[in-house]
Formats: sequence, structure tokens, C-alpha cells
Amino acid sequence: MSEKNYLTTDYTLKSWFLTTDHKRIAILYFASLIFFFFIGGAAATAIRIELATPQADLVSSDIYNRLFTMHGIIMVWFFLIPSIPNTLGNFIVPLMIGARDLAFPRLNLMSWYIFMLGGCTTLFAIFAGGVDTGWTFYTPFSTLYSNSYVIVAAAGVFIAGFSSILTGLNFIVTIHRLRAPGLTWYRLPLFLWSLYATSVILVLATPVLAITLILIATERFFGVGIFDPRIGGDPLLFQHLFWFYSHPAVYIMILPGMGVINELVSCYSRKQVFGYKFVAWASLAIAAVGFLVWGHHMFVSGQSLVASLVFSFMSFIVAVPSAIKVFNWTATLHKGSIHFDAPMLYALAFIGLFTIGGLTGLFLACLAFDVHATDTYFVVAHFHYIMVGGMVTAYFGGLHYWWPKMTGRHYSEYWARTAAVLIFFGFNLTFFPQFILGAEGMPRRYHVYPPEFQVWNVLSSGGAAILAVAYLMPLLYLGYSAFFGARASANPWNATGLEWQTSSPPPEFNFTTQPVVTRAPYQYNGDFQAEPQNA
Amino acid sequence: MWRQWIPFWQPALSLHSGDVDLLFAGLLVASALVLGLLFFLLMLFCVRYRAGNQTDRDDRVVKSWHWEVGWTTASFICFLGLFVWGASVYFQIYKTQADEHDVFVVAKQWMWKTQHPGGQSEIDALHIPVKRPVRLVMASQDVIHSFFIPALRLKHDVVPGRYQDLEIEVDKPGHYHLFCAEYCGTDHSGMIGEIVAMEPADFSNWLTQQAPLSPLADEGGVLFRELGCSGCHGYGSKVRAPPLEGLYGKPVPLSDGTSVIADDKYIRDSILLPRSQVVASYEPLMPSFEGKVSEDQLLRLVLYIKSLAGRQS
Repeated sequence: MSEKNYLTTDYTLKSWFLTTDHKRIAILYFASLIFFFFIGGAAATAIRIELATPQADLVSSDIYNRLFTMHGIIMVWFFLIPSIPNTLGNFIVPLMIGARDLAFPRLNLMSWYIFMLGGCTTLFAIFAGGVDTGWTFYTPFSTLYSNSYVIVAAAGVFIAGFSSILTGLNFIVTIHRLRAPGLTWYRLPLFLWSLYATSVILVLATPVLAITLILIATERFFGVGIFDPRIGGDPLLFQHLFWFYSHPAVYIMILPGMGVINELVSCYSRKQVFGYKFVAWASLAIAAVGFLVWGHHMFVSGQSLVASLVFSFMSFIVAVPSAIKVFNWTATLHKGSIHFDAPMLYALAFIGLFTIGGLTGLFLACLAFDVHATDTYFVVAHFHYIMVGGMVTAYFGGLHYWWPKMTGRHYSEYWARTAAVLIFFGFNLTFFPQFILGAEGMPRRYHVYPPEFQVWNVLSSGGAAILAVAYLMPLLYLGYSAFFGARASANPWNATGLEWQTSSPPPEFNFTTQPVVTRAPYQYNGDFQAEPQNA
Repeated sequence: MWRQWIPFWQPALSLHSGDVDLLFAGLLVASALVLGLLFFLLMLFCVRYRAGNQTDRDDRVVKSWHWEVGWTTASFICFLGLFVWGASVYFQIYKTQADEHDVFVVAKQWMWKTQHPGGQSEIDALHIPVKRPVRLVMASQDVIHSFFIPALRLKHDVVPGRYQDLEIEVDKPGHYHLFCAEYCGTDHSGMIGEIVAMEPADFSNWLTQQAPLSPLADEGGVLFRELGCSGCHGYGSKVRAPPLEGLYGKPVPLSDGTSVIADDKYIRDSILLPRSQVVASYEPLMPSFEGKVSEDQLLRLVLYIKSLAGRQS
């Protein structure tokens, strides 16, 4: 380790905060996201403690409303959406395509500053007085009735949106222009296909969110009657605009997660991903059809029955490419040589949890059942299975997989496996009872609830306690390994991606010689070696 | 009944909610089959093909697209079936039928106000007769609320600025939850009430006991004069305004050549936005009453005009 790598080139604060190295920017994002994850997680913990009893014991209803709004806004916009693209993506994309950096390195740094500006604006809104609209900002409550910092919070989200657009743009150009010689589209690792699809959504959908938030501000300041029915506005117009962004946003969260899972399943079963082309195009199909399903959030809003019919149909259609992926991952295991390292445990957990989330998504796409289940805990359980069970699990899997590359160190395999199992168990105990609560009819966003719902709420809160501990564990053992972990070789998993062909951690400009690609991805030949573990 | 096998599942209380339960059971069975198969295969592969296990990994079969095409088609057909089933039940539950008994529901932060045609009004409660369809006409005074009766598997948003129709029918007497399902501010979780379903005879007794001094339509008549509506729409008026007697439920020719049925929504719109749908051969003279009448008053006015349906103009 005498050679200089990207971590050791310079130690000054200035060298970090003015860096244009995609790897250092990824680390900046990583640190910021941990911060936001624990703020959002703290709000979730408070919510679950409050809901352990049917009465209001811990907080007042206004505080409760601010808590779940804070949880939603922080988690969606400042953790879930940026997590995989901005940390793992930022770090891995140039390495995976054999490039020195992203196409626009300074734009990349600017994206981080914009993101932090947005984050700080929203944090200011939250701590100066709070927001009580829910992360969905539904009008006319948000424009006429809420006495909270709606505009400041919306401004934060608006600013962060620009960061998303710029990152998406950067990825699209990078993947188009900077691929190593020989790296054709069908030789791209599937993680890049899914990040490409994600970036397309980021670039196309985020402006609609920006427009929507500007319209809210206009309505609040000038009372111009966009959403206010008393002067000819339409409250449902807001929902159409909002979900036109926010439904595709769900795919922004889950597609990169699916991309990570391809890498993990393939590497740890030492096999090529089954049906590479199907999986690749399924990502783009999800991105495309994902734009046409937003109306399924509005089946009981009074939109026309025919509109509901069309949106229901499209929602079933978008499930087909997701099903393809699940089947292909399972088929990849067939005749593999499966190693149960921590990243693989996360990948297997992802397949199970994502499938449960996806199947219950069909329940909600199904018109008549959605009438009963929408706005109940069934929905809360469903989207947590997708976003937390799916996306966060994939994020943790990817983080463990690329950790030796990012830090040049190994974490404790024992603790990593324990945390993975504990997260899986705690997650299911937290969210499965919520399906039952929803089916029984408990509405979401309820601060106090009828006593017959208590049993399931207690189970859920108990699960949340386990989950909270399980999510803290990686912070400890990964933090420890970053400084004291055993040194990792360039390719500890014997994986095939280009990112493993440079040293761990990589030098400042990634590769000492320009790599050339001569074969399809995932050409595993069965051999596997993990590095010796630290104590 | 299969429903009793699920201990936490409350039985449905009407024909439509029974259909929803059946659909739910169908979805559960389909998902359980898919999940069962998936978990079985995952377990099987994980055990049999774990690293170090001596097993046949010979994979010389040329990969074809048969599997992918197969399971893509299978998923698609399965989804199509569930879609059609769900949609047909949806159309049944939202298909509003004859208004045997209308109840007006006004949602406001944070209470449900319900009013029967005879003027009986309630807060956070709604008494209805069993086995008879009741049509709810719902309006919101402020933000979006959502009228949700879990026992009926039925829910509808109540959006300010428009009337929302919902037909409900309960088969068994009892007290059932009424929730607000759309987040509406501070006391959202306190905006709960109960549906009290009674035998028809008990319900008639209840209505009689609760009867107010003047029914809603009469109150509407008083308002009609107080607000000056009768100055134009009444007999012997100098201003030429369309007569309202015999109007309700009839088609109205409009100045743009189309026509609309004079229902609750049309009358409400005509009071609030009189220039949006002008009756053919009349001048658009009427001022808007937007902001001058509350939802409660609007309901009374609509009921009054409705009560004129049988009279000759």
C-alpha cells in the first residue's frame, strides 16, 4: 500500500470540499445520506413508540403530524431517491465502464452542493417550526389551511430536484460517451442499465415536481386559484401533477436497487445472470410504463371511472417486467455455486421482500380492493416493503459488496451476516402486521386509533425496535473496518466487473492503463476467494 | 364460511363488500401460490447449489427464450384476469342507483355532519335503515376528506368544490366505524364517527323522534327569500330568470346548444358559478353566490329547489 490512492492523495478539508473526483464526491454523498437516514429514522422511531398505545401518550397531534411529514420528506427526497445513484452510482459508474471520471466532474460536485442546500433548507423548515402536510403536500390543505413551513420545505425539495436532474444528466452522458473500448451496450453490467433507466426518469419527471411546487408557492402567496375550488381551481389537479412525478419516483428508488441485485446474485452464485437481455430491457420498460400509472393513487378521489380503469390496467402491466426480473434472479441461482456472504444474504432478502411488496402492489392496482385498502396501513406496509425492504436492503447489499473497493478494507463478515439476518427479521416483524391492520381498516396517518388495532401495532413497534438496532450495527462495524479492517485485495470476490481490475481503493484517476473489454459481463468460471477476515 | 378461518377478519356487511372480500381472497390465494413457488425454488437452489456441495452443475443446454416468454405470458394472463375481476366489482360499487333515501354529508375539520331529508341532523354519526340503499351526497367545507366505512369495504374522497355521490347499503343492524381516510390536518385521527344501522321500523321511530321543527327544504325556502333569489326566480318578478318549479331532474337546454340534467350538482354550480352554464334564451345576469353561502345553506337551497320538482311553473 505504498501507492497513492484516491483517499491518500491529499488530506486537507479543501481537497475534499473542492474535489472533482467522483469517488470523493460519492463519499461526501455517503456521509450526508447517513446523516439524513438517521434523522428520518429517529422520526420513524418516535412514531412507532407513539403508536404502541391507542392513546396520545408521547406527543400531541400536531407534533405527530410534523413527525410523519418529516419522516416522509427526509426519507424520500434526501435518502431513498439519492442513495444508490449518488453514492454507489457515483463511485462505481466510471469504474465499471473503465473511465477516469464522470462526463462532467465539476457538475457532479455542484450537484452535491445543490443537494446539501436543498437538504439544509428543508431541515431549517423542520426545526424552525415543522411541516404538517405529509410528504405529499396535498392541496387545498397545504395551500390554504396549513400553518406550517410548507413553502420553505417545498423550496428545499425543489432545490434538491435540480441535483437529481443534473446527476441523471451526468450519468446518461457518461454511459453514452465514456465506455471503454469494446464495452458495447450488451456488455454493460446490468447495474448500469438500471441506472441509465433511472436517470431517464430523473431527467424527465423531476421538472414536473418543480413546476408543481412552484404552483403551490404561487397559490399560497397570491391566491390565484390553481388548486383552490372557491375561485375556480381544482384540488385534484395537484394530485395529478404530484403523482406524475412521484409515481415514477418510486421506480427511481427501486430500479437502482434491482441493478445492484443483479451484480450480487451473479457474483455470489458464480453464474451469468439468466436472461441478460430480458433483464436489461425490463429496466427500460419499467421506466417507460412507470410514467403511465400515476392515476392509481386516485381511485377513490372522484376521477372518472374510465380513467381509473386505464390506470389500473397500466399498473398491472408495469408489474410484468418486475416479475421477469424476480424469475430471472431465481433462475440465475439454478446450477450456481452459491456463497452466502453478507451481500448475498441482503440480495436473497431483497428478492423475498421485493416480491411481497410487488404482489401487494397488485392488490392495490386491483380497483375494487384498492377502494378498501387505499389510505390504510395496507398501503404503508406495501410501499415500505418496496422502498425499505427492497431499496434499502439492496443499498446495504451493494454497500457491503463494494465496501472493500471503496475503502480498501474488509468488514467483519460475522457481524455483517448477523446484521443482515436481524434486519430481515426486524423488518418483517415491523411491516407485516401493518398489512393486517390495513385490511382491518386502520387508516394511515392516525395519531390515536380505536383500541382493537393495538395488538398489531404493538408487534409492529416491537419489530421497529429490532430494526432500529439492526440498522445501527453496520454503522459500527463498517465504521470500525474503515480504519482498522484487514486490507482488501483488488478483487476479493473474484468478480468480473471492470471496477475490480484496479486496486482497492482505486488510484485518483481509476486505471493506470486503459482497460479493454473483450467479453460479455458475468463470465464467472466457478472459482471464488474471499479475503481473510479481521477479528 | 371461509371468512371465519381468518380470525382477525371482520365479516363483510353487504353484497358489495362480500364481493370485495371474495376478490381479496382470490388475490391472497394467487399471491400465496406465487410466493410459495418462489420461496420453494429459492430454498431448493440455495441448499442444493450451495458452494462446496457435490451436485450436478452441468449446464450444457443451449439457453433459449422459452422460459422467459413462458413466464412473461403467464404473469400477463394472470394479471389480466385479476384486473378484469377487480374492475367489474369496482364498477358495481360505484354505480349509483335510484335515490331511495338521500342523506347529505358535510365534512369539515374535524367532524362529519350528516343531514336527513326531513332535517334530522347528526354530528359524527349516521343512522340508516338496513337492507335499503342509501345515497350519500357529500361535500367538504374546507380540505379533502375521505369517507371510509371499513365494514362495507367502501371509501370515497370528499373533495371541496364538488358533490360526491356514494351509495351504501348495510345488511345487519349494528354500530360500525366511520373514518376519515384522507389526511386533513391536526385532528385527522379524531375525525371518526359511527354508522348506526337499524331495522326499518326502528329507523322510522328514530327519524320521528329526531324530526326538527322545520324540515331542511323549508329552511331552504326561507333562505331562498332571504338571499334575494325569489326576487328574480319568483312569481311576478321584473327580471326575466328561469322558473325553478318542475325543474329538478329535467333536461335544461343551454345557450351553447347542449343540455344538462338539472341535478344537485347542476343546481349547486348554478348558484356558485351562474355564468358557466347559461340556460338558452336567458341573459347571464345572475351574480355568483360563491363565498356568500355555506355548504349547509347550499344543501338547504338545493333541497328547496328539489322540493319544487312536482309543481307547475
